[in-house]
Amino acid sequence: MLETGTILFVSFLYMGLLFAIAYYGDRRADAGRSIISNPYIYALSMAVYCTAWTFYGSVGRAADAGLGFLPVYIGPTLAAALGWLVLRKIIRISKVHRITSIADFVASRYGKSTTLAAMVTVIAALGIVPYIALQLKAISTSYQIIRGYPDINMPGVSTSFPVFSDTAFYVALILALFAVLFGTRHLDATERHEGLVAAIAFESVVKLAAFFAVGIFVTYGIYDGFGDLIGRAASMPALNSRLTLGGGEGTYVNWTLAVFLSMMAVLFLPRQFQVAVVENVNEDHLNRALWLFPLYLLAINIFVIPVALGGVMIFAGQTVYADTFVLTLPMVQHHQMLALFAFIGGMSAATGMVIVETVALSTMICNDLVMPILLRLPMLRLTQQSDLSALLLTIRRAGIILVLLLGYTYFHFIGEHYTLVSIGLVSFTAVAQFAPAILGGIFWRAGSRSGAIAGLLAGFGVWLYTLVLPSLADVGFLPADFVTEGPFGFAMLKPFSLFGLQGLDRIGHAVFWSMLANAGLYIGISMFSRPSAIEHAQAALFVDVFRKAESERSTVWRGTAPVPDLRSMLRRFLGRSQADRALVQYGVEHGIDWEKSPTADSGLVNYAEKLLAGAIGSASARVMVGSIEKEAPLSIAEVMDILDETRQAIAYSRELEKATAELQAANERLKELDRLKDEFLSTVTHELRTPLTSIRSIAEILHESPDIGPDRHQEFTQIIVRESQRLTRLITQVLEFQRIESGRMDWHLSRVDIGEVISEAVGATRQLLEEKQIFLSSGLADGLPEIEGDRDRLVQVLVNLISNAVKFCEPEQGRIDIHARKEGGGLRVDVADNGPGILPEDLESIFEEFRQIRSETRGRPQGTGLGLSICRRIIDFHKGRIWVESTPGQGATFCFWVPTKRPSAG
Amino acid sequence: MTSLAVKARRLIGIFLLGVVLFNYPVLSLFDREIFLSGIPILYLYLFGVWALLILLTAMVTGSRRSGLREQGMDERSETSTKD
Repeated sequence: MLETGTILFVSFLYMGLLFAIAYYGDRRADAGRSIISNPYIYALSMAVYCTAWTFYGSVGRAADAGLGFLPVYIGPTLAAALGWLVLRKIIRISKVHRITSIADFVASRYGKSTTLAAMVTVIAALGIVPYIALQLKAISTSYQIIRGYPDINMPGVSTSFPVFSDTAFYVALILALFAVLFGTRHLDATERHEGLVAAIAFESVVKLAAFFAVGIFVTYGIYDGFGDLIGRAASMPALNSRLTLGGGEGTYVNWTLAVFLSMMAVLFLPRQFQVAVVENVNEDHLNRALWLFPLYLLAINIFVIPVALGGVMIFAGQTVYADTFVLTLPMVQHHQMLALFAFIGGMSAATGMVIVETVALSTMICNDLVMPILLRLPMLRLTQQSDLSALLLTIRRAGIILVLLLGYTYFHFIGEHYTLVSIGLVSFTAVAQFAPAILGGIFWRAGSRSGAIAGLLAGFGVWLYTLVLPSLADVGFLPADFVTEGPFGFAMLKPFSLFGLQGLDRIGHAVFWSMLANAGLYIGISMFSRPSAIEHAQAALFVDVFRKAESERSTVWRGTAPVPDLRSMLRRFLGRSQADRALVQYGVEHGIDWEKSPTADSGLVNYAEKLLAGAIGSASARVMVGSIEKEAPLSIAEVMDILDETRQAIAYSRELEKATAELQAANERLKELDRLKDEFLSTVTHELRTPLTSIRSIAEILHESPDIGPDRHQEFTQIIVRESQRLTRLITQVLEFQRIESGRMDWHLSRVDIGEVISEAVGATRQLLEEKQIFLSSGLADGLPEIEGDRDRLVQVLVNLISNAVKFCEPEQGRIDIHARKEGGGLRVDVADNGPGILPEDLESIFEEFRQIRSETRGRPQGTGLGLSICRRIIDFHKGRIWVESTPGQGATFCFWVPTKRPSAG
Repeated sequence: MTSLAVKARRLIGIFLLGVVLFNYPVLSLFDREIFLSGIPILYLYLFGVWALLILLTAMVTGSRRSGLREQGMDERSETSTKD
C-alpha cells in the first residue's frame, strides 16, 4: 500500500534536496570554488533537453509508431557534430557581447533592434508556454495515477477540478518559488546561476537512473531480455508494424523533417540556450559535452521500445494510456518502490525543464519586452531613477510567476486534449523559426534586420495557422470545418494540407511551410535591403568574432560620455558596489586613471554598454547609453567606410600581397639552390675525376711497363695511395653532409677539453701543412673550462677550418694562428690565416652549402664546398655560433663560439 | 591549415556521414522485418550508427588538446615568420 502521505513526503523530500543542492552550488560559486566548472556537469545540464516528454512521452509515441520517436534524439546528435562550429561561435559571441538570452542574441545581431527583441520574446513565450503546460500535466497525471496504487485508473479531465485542489497548481507554485530563489537571486552582468545548474545536472542523473531502473525491470524482470520481449511482440500482428518505420508515403520525409526540427530545437530552445551558452563556464567544456550529451540521449532511449512493447502487451484490452507505461508497469507488478522511483524520475524530468525554461523566458520578458517599453515611457522617468536593480529583479520574478501561471492555465483548459509528444513538437516548430535569423546571422554578413523581421513574422504566421489554429478548432474555440474544409471553404488553405500538400504529418507539414516562408523571406529581403550603420557594425562583429580577437579595441561607436553620468547610470542598474568594482577593474586593465578625466573615451562607453547589456539586454542598453552619449563627429558614411566589406577586401589583398612576396622569395631561393646544386655536381664530379684519372693513368703505366724500376714503382704506388685517400675524404664529406642534413647523425656527448681537440686537429692536418710548408701556431688561454659536446665532431670542425685556411694560404709564406679563450658562458676559438681574405658580401654566404668563393686568379676552387657548411651544422648542434671576420688582402679569421654547457634541445 | 580547421572539417564530415546514414535511402535498406538474435535490424542499425557517431565525435574532439588553447588565433591561418 502506498499512502498519499508517503508520496507527498518523498516528493517534498526530493524538492528539498534540489533546493539544498542549488543553495550549496550558489554558496560554492560565491566562494569562488565552482562545482559546475567541468564538462560532465555541463553535459548533464544540457540533458535538460530530456523532459517529461522523453520520460513518459517517448514510450507513448513508441507504442503508437515504433521507432518514430527517435528523430527527436538523433537530431541533437547530428547537431552536436556541428555544435563545434555553431555553438562555439554562439558562445564566443555571447561572451564577448554579454548576451544573456536568445532574444538578446537576435536583437543584438541585427543592430540592437528593440522590435526584434520583442518579437523573439513573444514567439518564444507563445511557443514554450504549452510546453511548460505539458510538464505540469505530466506531474499532475503521474501523481493521480500513483495515488491510486495498486489500482490503475486513468485520471479524468482536470478542467473538472477546482483549481485549489489540483496538484499541478501547487507544483507550479513550488517551481516558481525555486526559479525565483535561484534564478533571480541577484542581478549579475553575466546572468549565470551556478546553483541552478548544479540542481539541473542532479535532476538529469535522477531521471536517467529512474528510466534505466524501469527499463531493466521490464526487459529483464517481467520478460526474459530484449530477444524474448521483442519476439513475443513480433508474434502479435498488432505490434508487428512497430518494428519498422512502415515505409508509407512521406514516412522518410517526415523522419527527415523531424530530425531537422530537433536539430534546430536543441540549439535554439530558450532553456538549451540558457544552459549551453549563458551558463557555460569554459568554452573547452564543449569538447567533451559534444559527445557526452548524445551519449546521454542514447542511454535514455535504449529501453523505450521494450517498455512500450511490454506495456502494450501487458495492458492489452485495458484503458491505460501508453504515456503512462513507465509508471503503470511497475505498479501493475506491485513494485511500489520502483513505482515511486519512476514517479520521482518523471518529476525530475519535468521540474528541470520548467525551472530553466521559466528563468530563460523571464530574462527575455524583462530585458527584451518590458524594460525597453518602460525606458521609453517618458512619464516614468526611469532614466533618472537612482537604483533600478531592484526593479529589474522584481520584473523578472513577476515574469517567472507569469510564465508558470500561463503554463498552468494552458494545461487546465487545453492541454488535456493532447498527448505529450504532439505538444512538444508544436513548441519545437515555434523555436525552429529562430534558426534562419541566428544561423544566417553568425555566418552571413549580409543578413539584415528587415530580412530577419520578415522571416520571423512569416514563419510565426505559418506556425500559428498550421498548428495553433487547428488545435483551437479541436477544443471548440473555432468551428471544426475550419480544418476539414479550409477557412470559408477555401480547400487550398486547409491548415493541414496547405496548397494541397499531402503525405506529410501535421508537424512535417508545418515545418516545411514555415521554414520555407521564413528562410525564403530572410534571404530574399536581406539581399535587397540596405542595412544601417549599426547593423553593419554588429554583423561584422558577429560573423568575424574569431577573426577579431581585438574587437573590444576596434571601437565602432566613437561616442564619448561624461564619466559621472556613466557611473551613475551603471550604479542604477547594477547596484553601487558592482558598478564601482567593474569600473575600477576597467581602469586597472587598461591602465587609465579616468577619474581624472571628465570624459569617458569610447572604449569605456562601449564597456559600460556591454555591462548594461548583461543586465538589461543589448537593445535597452543601447537606449540607455544613447541617452547620455555624445557622439563624436563621425558621419554615417565614415562608419560605413570603416565597416564595409572593402575593409575586409583590403585586408585580404594585403595578406595576399604578403603571401605572394613570400612565395617569390622562396622561389628565388629555390632557383639559387638549384644553381648551386648544379655547380656542386660539376665540382664533385671534377674533383672525383682528377684523382681517378691520375690513379688510372699510373695504374696503366705500371701495367704496361712491368720492368719499371723499384724506386719508380714505389713512387707510383704512393701516388695511387694518396689519390685514393683524397677520393675517400671527398666521398666521406659528401656522405657526412648528407647525414647531418637528413638528421640521421649520431651525436656522442661528453666533457671535452678544447686543448686536446686543437692538438688532435693539428696532428691530423700536419701532412697538409708540411706539403705547403705553412707555419701554424696555437695559443690557449689559461684555465679553459671543459665544454659539453661531441669531441670527434669538434675535431672535425677544426680540421675543416685548418684545411680551409691551408687552401687559401700561399705555399711557404702561409701562417695560421689558432687561439682559444673564455668568452661569455662559453669558449671562443679563432683560426686566422694570412691568405687573400674574403669580400664583405661573401662573409655570410660562405657557410652555405655548395658555396665556393671564386677568384679571378685561382680559377676553379678546390674541394666540395661542404666543409664550412658541415662546420656550421656541427656548431649549430652545440648551440653555438660560427662566423668569419676578414679584410680583403689581410687574411681571414674564422671564429666559433660554443657554450660550456649545451642547453637541452627544444 | 591549423589544427582547429582540421577539427572543424572532421566534425563536418561526421555530420554529413550521420545525415546520409540516418536518412532515406540508406535508412530504407534496414527498414525490414529481419531479426538478429531476436532484435529487429532497424533497431540495431539506428543505435549502432548513433553509437558510431558518438565515438567518432569523441575521438575528434578528444584528440589534440593543445589545439584548443589557441585563443584568438582561431580560424586564422598562421603566417610564416621565417626570415
